[in-house]
Amino acid sequence: MNPQFLADGILTGALLGLGGVGLTLAYSILRFANFVHGDFLTVGAYAALVVAGALSQFLGGSGIGPFSFGWPLIIALPVAMAATGALALLLDWLLFRRLRRRGEEIVLVMASFGASLAVRSLIEFAFTPEPKYYSHDLQIAMPLGFSVRATPDQLAVVVLAGVAGIALHILLTRTAMGRAMRAVAENPALARVAGIDPARVVRATWWLGGGLAALAGVFLGLTVQIRPYMGFDLLLPLFAGVILGGVGSVPGALAGGMIVGVAEALAVPFIGAAWRGGVAFLLLLAVLLVRPQGLFGMER
Amino acid sequence: MTGTLSYLAFFLTEVLVNFIAVLGLNVQWGFAGLFNVGVAGFVGIGAYVSALLTVPPWHGAPGPGHVGGLGLPVLVGWAGAVLASAASAAVVGVATLRLRADYLAIGTFGIAVALHELAANAQGLTGGPFGIAFIPHLLAAVPPGGLARGLLDLAITALAAGAAWLVIDRITAGPFGRALRALAQDEAAAASLGCDPRRLRIQAMALGAAAMGLAGAVQASLIGYIAPGNFVPILTFQVWAMLVVGGVGSHRGALFGAFAIWGLWSAAGSLFAAILPPSMATGGASLRIVAIGVTIAISLLWRPRGLSPPGRIVSRFLR
Repeated sequence: MNPQFLADGILTGALLGLGGVGLTLAYSILRFANFVHGDFLTVGAYAALVVAGALSQFLGGSGIGPFSFGWPLIIALPVAMAATGALALLLDWLLFRRLRRRGEEIVLVMASFGASLAVRSLIEFAFTPEPKYYSHDLQIAMPLGFSVRATPDQLAVVVLAGVAGIALHILLTRTAMGRAMRAVAENPALARVAGIDPARVVRATWWLGGGLAALAGVFLGLTVQIRPYMGFDLLLPLFAGVILGGVGSVPGALAGGMIVGVAEALAVPFIGAAWRGGVAFLLLLAVLLVRPQGLFGMER
Repeated sequence: MTGTLSYLAFFLTEVLVNFIAVLGLNVQWGFAGLFNVGVAGFVGIGAYVSALLTVPPWHGAPGPGHVGGLGLPVLVGWAGAVLASAASAAVVGVATLRLRADYLAIGTFGIAVALHELAANAQGLTGGPFGIAFIPHLLAAVPPGGLARGLLDLAITALAAGAAWLVIDRITAGPFGRALRALAQDEAAAASLGCDPRRLRIQAMALGAAAMGLAGAVQASLIGYIAPGNFVPILTFQVWAMLVVGGVGSHRGALFGAFAIWGLWSAAGSLFAAILPPSMATGGASLRIVAIGVTIAISLLWRPRGLSPPGRIVSRFLR
C-alpha cells in the first residue's frame, strides 16, 4: 500500500468536506438537494481568478515563500467567497424563493438542475472550456517522510480547510445565528414560534454555503486546475459524502467528504484514476441500502 | 426542395425519438411523481446495450483489446436495451425509494454519471471517447443518405413512437395508472386501499426507463454511431424541458413539448451559427444551453401546467 494515495485522498477529502458543508446546510435548512452547489465551486474559482488577475497588475504576481500564490490570490479569496454567496442569494431571489413559496420541494430540485446547467454554460461562454491556472510556476513536491510527497500549496490547502472546519463548528455551536440555523433545520415551525426569522436564516445559509463552496473551489483550482466543469464533476462525490455523513450534520459532511475522498484515492491503484465517479456512486448506493441515515444523521 | 424535405424528415425523426423518452419521463414524473435526473443515463444504457448486442463482432471500437458486438438482429438489440434500462432503474428505485424524494434524484444522477464514465473509459467494451460505430440499421438494404432513407427513418421512428405511446397510454389509463395517480395525491389513502407504494413506484421507474432505453436504441440504430458525448446532462434537461413545457401528465403534451423544445433548440443553433463568427462556435453552443435553461425556469414559474395540461380526471358518475 503506497501512502502517497492516502495523502492525495486526504487532500481531495478536505475539499469534498468543505464543499459538502454548504450542500448539507441547504439540504437540511432549505430542504432540497441543490444541484447548483457543484457550480458554486466553479464560480468561486473563476471569480478568484479574475480578481487575482486584476490585482497582480498592481501587486506583482510572484508567490510568497514556498507557495505558488501571493497577495493577489489571498485578497481575491474573500472577494470570491462574497461573490459566490451573492450569486447564491440572487438565484434564491430569482428562482428558489418563488418556488419554495409554492411548496413543491421536488420542483426546486428541478429548477436547481436547470440553473446549474445555465451557470456552467455561462462560465464556459465567458471563459472558454480551456483549463486555467492561478500560477504557471512549477512547484516541487517536498518529501514528508513515509515516502509521501506534497507541494507546499497542497499542505496549505489541507491546513486551511481544517481551520475553516473548526471556525464553522464554532460559528454553528457558539453564535446566535448558528443556533438559529440548527433550530430551523430541526423544526421550522417551532423555530418560528421561538422568534427566529426564517428569511434571515435562509440568507445566512446561502452566504455560508456559497462562501464555503467558493473556498473549496479556489483550493481545487490551486491544487488541480480551473475548468468550467470542475465543480459539476465533483457533485456526485459531494452528494455521496453528505449522505454518508448524514444529511444535515456538519461534522458528518466533513467526515463523509474525507471518507469519500480517501476511498476514491485508495481505489485508484486497483482500478485506475478514471473510475473515481463510479467509486462514489457505489459508495452512495451502499450507504443508501445499509444505513440511509448516514453516520451522524437522524432517522427521517 | 428535396433538401428541405430531407431536413424536415430528419427534424421530425429527432422530435419523435425525443418524444419516446419524454413519454417515459411522463410515466415517472407525470403519473408517479418520481424525480429522475438521470434521463441521459437511461437513454445511454439503451443506446450502448443495443449497440453492443447488434454490432458485428469484427467492427465497433478500433484499437487492441476491444470486445466488439454480438451481431444479433436489430430488434433483439432494441428489446435488450428496453430490459437493461428498466432493470437499472429498478435497482436505483430499490435503493432510494424508501427515502425522501431527493434521494431518488441523487441516485439517478449517479447512474447518469456512472454510465458516462463507463462509456468514456471502458475502451475495450464501449470504444471509450471514440464511441461505437457501424451500428446496424433496421433496414440495412437501404443505402444511407438521400430522401428515401430519411423518410424511411421517419417511418420507423413513427412506428416505434406510436407503439410506445399505445403501450404506455393503455397501461397508464388502466388500473396501474389509477393507482399511481392515487398514490401521488394521497399516499396514506392509496395504501389503505391496498396499493403498495414502494412496489408501484419501482414499477413506474422501470416502465419509464424502458421507454428511455428504447429511445436510445432507436437513435443509435438510425445514426449508426454513438459516443459518450451524446449522453450528457443537457439531454436530461432537454427531455425535462419537453415534458414541463408540453404539460406534465399528458402524453399528447409530451409530443407538443418535444416538438417545441427541439424546434427551439434547432432554431437557436442556426441563429447563433448565423450571427456569431465561427471563432465563437463553442460560445454559441453554451448560449444555446442557457436559452433552454431560461425557458424551463420561466415555464416553471409562469406556466407550471404546460402548453397542453391533462384534462381533469373524474369518475364518470360526476361528469
